[in-house]
Amino acid sequence: MARRLLFGAAAIGGVWLLDRLLTGSLNPYFYRILVLSGLNVMLALSLNLINGITGQFSIGHAGFMAVGAYTSAAFTVYGAPRLAGGAAPEGIAGAAFFLLAIAIGGAAAALAGFLVGLPSMRLRGDYLAIVTLGFGEIIRVAILNIEAVGGARGFAGIPQVTTLAWVLTGAIATFVVIRNLMRSYHGRALLAIREDEIAAEALGIPTTRYKVTAFVISAFFAGAAGALFSHYTYLHTNSFTFMKSIEVIVMVVLGGMGSLTGSILGATLLTALPEALRFASADRLIIYSALLILLMIARPQGILGNREFSMARMFGRFRPPAPEAGGTGAK
Amino acid sequence: MQELFQQLANGIAWGSIYALIALGYTMVYGILRLINFAHGDIYMVGAFTAYFAARALGAGGASPSPGLAVIVLVSAMAACALLGMVIEFFAYRPVRRSSRLTALITAIGVSLLLENLGIRIFGADPKFFPQLVAPRRVDLGGGVMVTNHQITVVVVSLVLMVALTLFVTRTRTGKAMRAVAFHRDAASLMGIPVNRIITITFAIGSALAAAAGVLVGLTNPKIEPLMGIMPGVKAFVAAVLGGIGSIPGAVIGGLVMGVSEYLVVGYVSSTFRDAIAFVILILVLLIKPAGILGRNVAEKV
Repeated sequence: MARRLLFGAAAIGGVWLLDRLLTGSLNPYFYRILVLSGLNVMLALSLNLINGITGQFSIGHAGFMAVGAYTSAAFTVYGAPRLAGGAAPEGIAGAAFFLLAIAIGGAAAALAGFLVGLPSMRLRGDYLAIVTLGFGEIIRVAILNIEAVGGARGFAGIPQVTTLAWVLTGAIATFVVIRNLMRSYHGRALLAIREDEIAAEALGIPTTRYKVTAFVISAFFAGAAGALFSHYTYLHTNSFTFMKSIEVIVMVVLGGMGSLTGSILGATLLTALPEALRFASADRLIIYSALLILLMIARPQGILGNREFSMARMFGRFRPPAPEAGGTGAK
Repeated sequence: MQELFQQLANGIAWGSIYALIALGYTMVYGILRLINFAHGDIYMVGAFTAYFAARALGAGGASPSPGLAVIVLVSAMAACALLGMVIEFFAYRPVRRSSRLTALITAIGVSLLLENLGIRIFGADPKFFPQLVAPRRVDLGGGVMVTNHQITVVVVSLVLMVALTLFVTRTRTGKAMRAVAFHRDAASLMGIPVNRIITITFAIGSALAAAAGVLVGLTNPKIEPLMGIMPGVKAFVAAVLGGIGSIPGAVIGGLVMGVSEYLVVGYVSSTFRDAIAFVILILVLLIKPAGILGRNVAEKV
């Protein structure tokens, strides 16, 4: 336990140090791409929990992100100065309030996730998918009609406090939580639902409760990503159309459904790819979409399939094979 | 009261467009279990093909002629039928045996490709669709006014829907389509050429989307390469609402969507226009999970 805490602290410390080094030396354009990659990693990892691990199909992830983004922004703009005694909090207090804003954004999104997850009691497959799409759009249109958060003008005046360090910390936290969840008893229940929902139910797994839980956890991290996003750049509901949800799905499927490292790979690749194709300026989106189709034809299971990328396996190839452990019976 | 009937008339005209697009979704879904995301963009290509065909034929000048309008409509439908077959052959056939999500992502890729090719070829700025038929206002009685364009939209959609229903229920090919939708492998064992049937399905669905595109050009003449995204999504919602896989369901779903949108615009606020469709959808699905006309399939254990 102590070792793990130490490791976690070291990781976070390393991330903050990295941020310090990069802020000075890296050109702002690359820094921005890194931040956006980090946010997309959070979104892809959390969506993978619903789509890849639990085997449900959500196409409304941008809606959760929007809830998190707007709730946290509203807290920072309206709530935080009042709680801090008039002025906007700064320094350590500012960081604490930002953390609180992220948590509030995540919690609000988790509540939305609970509401969206409920229909999964009755609906399966494409029907559930279209309901999540519907929720996403309803959330977007509803926010568009709230004047206090800017409505159609966009929400201005949010302090831009998100740095790469915050985003990377968020991405690492998302990864660690979902990976540990996957390896736990509950994670295996989720995987069982993916493999065969009826069989899982027959084995006594409360499938509805697990499916709703997956939605709640996933929405929390999407909301946290939204909170980081709203404190980074101009906030407008146009960032949360269903094309954003589609973008995240493409990242998850491209990386490999159910593979967490695959989601990281897919998110980073798809954030960087349109930028890397800038040399072809006008044609880059044509190339991007053609590549997407070709990749799906050539490698339908995504880059990593449902495996995880691991150093041990990479290097294991060069070692002599371990002796077979016990007979596995008929092949 | 007059206001209500006016909104209903507008809603039915607009809903017919959704219904035509929804038919393509529902047919492709019925046969392949694929949400053909590119379908809305085929509708866009249909509108642009009609635009260029009309310009090439010199239509939209001083003397609009109905004969020319029919030629434009048929050429757009033929072009999109061909496009649909090409897309099916090159993009969807190779992933047909893969997981359904792979096919879905491929469809998204095709959709993005069509949009970006559209921007590249047609230009991102909106084009103004030529007047194929001179606009005229018609009084339906009680002060409800519609344009002859809206009437054309409803009549043409009605003719196409009846033709499609007759085709699917009365012809050999239609019967084969239903068989493939029911069980693809069994149909194949019965000697039905599954690949050819799927190609025909895509051709018909795309032609209907093209017809919707031309009809939209008639009523609101501003067309641009991204015009297919929102109607595409809403037409899919219409198909699900009516019960996906069901042809009359798609028509009912489309009309419900069109009418409810106009009622919201008329009585609540136009900013909620894009949300009402989904609110209705969620309510319907919570009460009847398979859609209005969808059959409830018993769960196989």
